Amino acid sequence: MRKLLTLFAATSLLATGCAGAGSVGTGGSTLVIAIVANPQMKDAISLAPEFEKATGINLKFVSLPENQARAKITASTATEGGEFDVVMISNYEAPQWAANGWLENLEPHMAATPGYDEGDFIPSIKTSLSYQNQMYAVPFYGESSFLAYRKDLFEKAGLTMPAKPTWQQIADFAAKLDDKADGVAGICLRGKPGWGESLAPFTTVANTFGAQWFDKDWNAKLTSPEFKEAANFYVNLIRDHGEVGASSAGFSECGTRYTQGNAAMWYDATVMAGTNEDPSSSKIVGKSGYAPAPVVKTQASGWLYTWALGIPKVAKDKDAAWKFMAWMTDKAYVQKVGQTYGWNRVPPGVRQSTYTIPDYAKAAAAYAKPTLDGIADANQQKVMANPVPYPGIQFVGIPEFQDLGTRVSQQLSAAIAGRESVDDALKQSQDYAQTVGDSYKAVQ
Amino acid sequence: MSTLSVDTPKSHAHAKAEEKRGLSTAAKRRLPLLPALIFVIAVTQLPFLLTVFYSFQSWNLVRPGSRHFVGLDNYIDVFSDATFLVALLNTVVLTVVCVLVALLLGLGLAILLDRKFFGRGVVRTLLITPFLILPAAGALLWKTTMFDPTYGLLHFVFGTDLDWLSEFPLAAVMAQIVWQWTPFMMLLILAGLQSQSKEVLEAASVDGAGRWRTFVSITLPHLSRFLQLATLLGAIYIVNSFDAIFLMTQGGPGTASTNLPYYIYQRAFEGFDVGQSSAMGVIVVILTMIVATFALRLMFRTFSVSGGVK
Repeated sequence: MRKLLTLFAATSLLATGCAGAGSVGTGGSTLVIAIVANPQMKDAISLAPEFEKATGINLKFVSLPENQARAKITASTATEGGEFDVVMISNYEAPQWAANGWLENLEPHMAATPGYDEGDFIPSIKTSLSYQNQMYAVPFYGESSFLAYRKDLFEKAGLTMPAKPTWQQIADFAAKLDDKADGVAGICLRGKPGWGESLAPFTTVANTFGAQWFDKDWNAKLTSPEFKEAANFYVNLIRDHGEVGASSAGFSECGTRYTQGNAAMWYDATVMAGTNEDPSSSKIVGKSGYAPAPVVKTQASGWLYTWALGIPKVAKDKDAAWKFMAWMTDKAYVQKVGQTYGWNRVPPGVRQSTYTIPDYAKAAAAYAKPTLDGIADANQQKVMANPVPYPGIQFVGIPEFQDLGTRVSQQLSAAIAGRESVDDALKQSQDYAQTVGDSYKAVQ
Repeated sequence: MSTLSVDTPKSHAHAKAEEKRGLSTAAKRRLPLLPALIFVIAVTQLPFLLTVFYSFQSWNLVRPGSRHFVGLDNYIDVFSDATFLVALLNTVVLTVVCVLVALLLGLGLAILLDRKFFGRGVVRTLLITPFLILPAAGALLWKTTMFDPTYGLLHFVFGTDLDWLSEFPLAAVMAQIVWQWTPFMMLLILAGLQSQSKEVLEAASVDGAGRWRTFVSITLPHLSRFLQLATLLGAIYIVNSFDAIFLMTQGGPGTASTNLPYYIYQRAFEGFDVGQSSAMGVIVVILTMIVATFALRLMFRTFSVSGGVK
């Protein structure tokens, strides 16, 4: 009740606050940009004054952690509140929102911008942000998932990482490298609830075990033998050889552990490499090797994810908004970050031209190719055993998945914390999923 | 209208005049208050009516065109939702335990502070501090500096790398809330203790009553209304706890530390399920009303009793 009230008050305040800002043209107007507070985005925010000086457009950033940013952006866009002129969304939202008519088609804007070169985007990323072959969001960075491992610890234990590891091999390595006395966990895997947190790595594991969320007739398959096998594997691996406090560890918590030398392996987003190899944040620079996402039954298992920028249909000054987005996603920006902050901090996985820059190739020698390969291989034919009726690899590309995924991830973290058995967790999750599946059966 | 009254014209006219005058004075009195009343209704009752209206609809924000009238379906779903019942139970446990523990600790501290000793002012200020810290800051303090398995104070003191927040999520949240609300209870009870008449206490010691006897037979009855007020106010605030849960455990692991306000927030701002979350909101309001009415009645009844607690 109070929450709705505050939302109501905030929206009305914001609406009136922005009403005075959207003047005609681009001179002296103010853009409000909702953005996720990840490291690469923070670099963009600190470089933004250059853009303001060059164009005279004032920028106001609303930067929040992923979950809160998503909730705010979704609520604002779905209710067409118009608080934001530019929103940061992912390949989960972009196609759905474009289909709902909430986003501006960016093709005309891109065509009218000389030198923007949208043909330079990696094809799988471009497709994932398109609806009916039109792009509705432009990617800022793209990622797949892969496995970071400490070469020095492997050498000490006399182990070698195969070129294409399987999950069983990884579990064996984790058992051998797990060193409680030294405070080094065998592997760090996410257990923090959230559909974009623990469910992302977990769903890629489920996929490669041959499991799926729904079969092509929208029957939920969370209690299938494959899904049970995958869930038991994931939960047991964390419980036996994972990090302490796993049920509340997400991407940043695992990142802290790995860069402080408290984990021997870490399976997560490819963007982690930038932080792992950055001397200002990591104690283990240069000690990591990067292997492709481990597999069981499929050829590949990496996910596909991208943070991108879009313009809500109701935004007032779309030209100024596009100007800013073009600045943040073009080739010149990559150069600027590389020269200002170092090449490890360049937003990866979006433009093919980034990978031909000699400086970048040198700085990212350890992970540039695994990242690019992972993104190129990230399509449903390669990472899934059976056909599914939904888009997405590490998520189910339907609107209900935010809620469903969050509920299932809560069950998963309860199993990781040992508060409930994996079977019970899956049974409860199956009920949730079947309710959602039924609503799609009715549609067909 | 055919009138059957046997009023004389005179008295009738008199009554009319009286009525008119009464109305006008009443109106004169109430008119200046009208803007405030309208404002209060606009900001409290209209949103609530809207919430009731939404609660009869199936409406998911992220599925355009999904909005349609479903009658009482949402309410049926809410009561058959296992998570809702878990959240309800957690809310009850959290409220009862936190209020009682904070009350007892507050009572103890108030009794200690009721005597004169060197540096009493400093001690009192230090004890009140947790209540003055922003709830969000307090929750983060507890999450990182106390409970963190690698960097926390508890890890440093006990040497275990137990992950408190995933082993005892609800207890950890309750510890933070108790820490925050004990000073509030302490202040109320201290006010009660300092309003005791010294003569009665002296008379008791002249009659040969020991400390314990004096406390049980004189101080506690005197304090009973202060204790009730502290309980009621504490319960009203603690039922709505949100910051501690949001910042410390995110309702997890699983739903082990999810209470009703947090669950409604999740359904509304992560699930975007307007109908479901509205229905839950309405149910919570009704439950709170029932409990509050019951508690208030109990309080007024004990207020009117002069004997106090035996």
